[in-house]
Amino acid sequence: MSVSSNAMNDAALQAAPMANARGYWATVGRRIVRDKVSMVCVAILLLILLSALLAPYLHLADPYQGSMIRRLRHIGTPNYPLGTDELGRDMLARLIYGGRLSLLIGISPVILAFGLGTMLGLVAGYVGGWVNTAIMRTIDVFYAFPSVLLAIAISGALGAGIANSIVSLTIVFVPQITRVAESVTTGVRNRDFVEAARASGANAFTIMRAHMLGNVLGPIFVYATGLISVSMILAAGLSFLGLGTKPPEPEWGLMLNTLRTAIYVNPWVAALPGAMIFAVSICFNLLSDGLRSAMDIRS
Amino acid sequence: MGRGGALFLPRLLEYNIMSEATAVTGLEPIEDLGGKAQPLLRVDGLTKHFPVRGGLFGARKTVRAVDDVSFNIGKGETVGIVGESGCGKSTTARLLMHLMDRDAGEIIFDGRQVGHEMTLRELRRGMQMVFQDSYASLNPRLTIEESIAFGPKVHGMADGAARALARELLGKVGLRPEIFANRYPHEISGGQRQRVNIARALALSPRLVILDEAVSALDKSVEAQVLNLLMDLKREFGLTYLFISHDLNVVHYISDRVLVMYLGEVVELGPVEQVWARPAHPYTRALLAAMPSSDPDRRTEVPPISGDPPNPIDPPAGCRFHTRCPFAEALCSNIAPGLTELDTMGHQAACHMAIPRSGHSRAPAA
Repeated sequence: MSVSSNAMNDAALQAAPMANARGYWATVGRRIVRDKVSMVCVAILLLILLSALLAPYLHLADPYQGSMIRRLRHIGTPNYPLGTDELGRDMLARLIYGGRLSLLIGISPVILAFGLGTMLGLVAGYVGGWVNTAIMRTIDVFYAFPSVLLAIAISGALGAGIANSIVSLTIVFVPQITRVAESVTTGVRNRDFVEAARASGANAFTIMRAHMLGNVLGPIFVYATGLISVSMILAAGLSFLGLGTKPPEPEWGLMLNTLRTAIYVNPWVAALPGAMIFAVSICFNLLSDGLRSAMDIRS
Repeated sequence: MGRGGALFLPRLLEYNIMSEATAVTGLEPIEDLGGKAQPLLRVDGLTKHFPVRGGLFGARKTVRAVDDVSFNIGKGETVGIVGESGCGKSTTARLLMHLMDRDAGEIIFDGRQVGHEMTLRELRRGMQMVFQDSYASLNPRLTIEESIAFGPKVHGMADGAARALARELLGKVGLRPEIFANRYPHEISGGQRQRVNIARALALSPRLVILDEAVSALDKSVEAQVLNLLMDLKREFGLTYLFISHDLNVVHYISDRVLVMYLGEVVELGPVEQVWARPAHPYTRALLAAMPSSDPDRRTEVPPISGDPPNPIDPPAGCRFHTRCPFAEALCSNIAPGLTELDTMGHQAACHMAIPRSGHSRAPAA
């Protein structure tokens, strides 16, 4: 007997069930990599994101340089693979540069709301009682407005601008994420391991950080990924209404607005910014679905 | 698997050599005050009522989950609590752990009370708990080593030292650290998980361990192994156990003294051999009679008690057992019997049939 215990020599007890230990997130990662749809979406999103980030190095035409004689060229025109817009600016360059702003104001509100909402929901769900009531009823006030209306109202009040659209969209998404975070937290909070952690003498903050966060983050993350598409569309909507970016800045929502008048002249070119918004939204949605099923592990 | 003294001694020596070689030091157990004679835990009048609302405009009612429960646990003792589902066993455990606020009563740990002579944090060091559901009581996102090391880290141990202690404890509960330390709860079996939970409880060097149906969910063979492990650990670390179970055989096997609970009240307590040999309360008698015996000579003749326990929202007046008791008389539904000493061994029962001159026709005369 090597170690002092009555059961150390019990062969059945030492039988290790699996070849190598793998954590939850590693398992989720492996499952998502095997999912073809998710991987195609990741590839498309990476392509759009990288081209937007690396736009200055891609030898594109100047997205601000217009030409009155080359307006609204069709897709496939020499030197203008995706045609030109109503001011004769290269559509390909504008779409790629436009990705920078569109992705920024589409994704950053969700990231900010993810952080804030998770914190609020975790505290509300874990502490419970009047803290929960205070947080959740305040959240409900925001929840009562339709998100489009709320975004327009806040943006209108704060004034046009990129930073203001990000702020207004964050305010729109915080309540939704808080709600999901709160309900997930309440479910995890009553599990025995949280009781055991309390019994070990840990304070509320330590328990939330060490035991709750890892168990609630997954579902909230899935929900937030799904919100990115909504955020992209809302951001485009704000720009379309003139509450987001201002011309001549390239941004998909704004481009959709300015090209709208050309829809009878050159419908394909006019539809391009919309196609970009559609592609990014649907990719994030499908990725969110993929994540959801990858996380649904039954042992 | 021998648990005799002859086998025990060499094992202890072996452990000492081991611990010197690895030089893993756990947390220092909290100070023993008052010596051997002072009970490790004194519970006096412990009460917990849960409010329940009967519909929107219904009157507020209360579930009397635990009602005026008092008992002592001596140092080094194993006290068992038995009773049907819903009799308040687990609520008692959670109240003792201060995981739930009590409505009334005192919980005195080694002469000290939380909020007066000791802090809640100190109590957590002195008293730990093993839960019934081995899977739910481990965080699925943490490795076994991380789960065990969490407690010591909360109490100020460095990460490396806490992990070393966790591995040491895994060895103590019969799991090879090199195989199990980096596993996740879903990768191991129920018996192995319950061993991990025991190691996690021991990581704070507690003096009292509450085992709330800790072996009830395990297979019989695994249950026996874990019980033997618990007995070994008790000797090795000088532990005191409060063992909660509905399995009378297991309670008989492990306990020195036993508490029988019915609808939130203690109906009988005493040394386990006394209670088993001369059960004084009809409920205890019925429980023991319902126990299957493999010995034909001890086959039960008494019919088992029928029906479910009454709703604890509206417990019967008088003796709470009178609705199911074959010996109930008018007296029983009016006056609640108190716990009465039956002998000098500490055997007590709350039954009019055990109280001299109580008025019950079967009450002793003297």
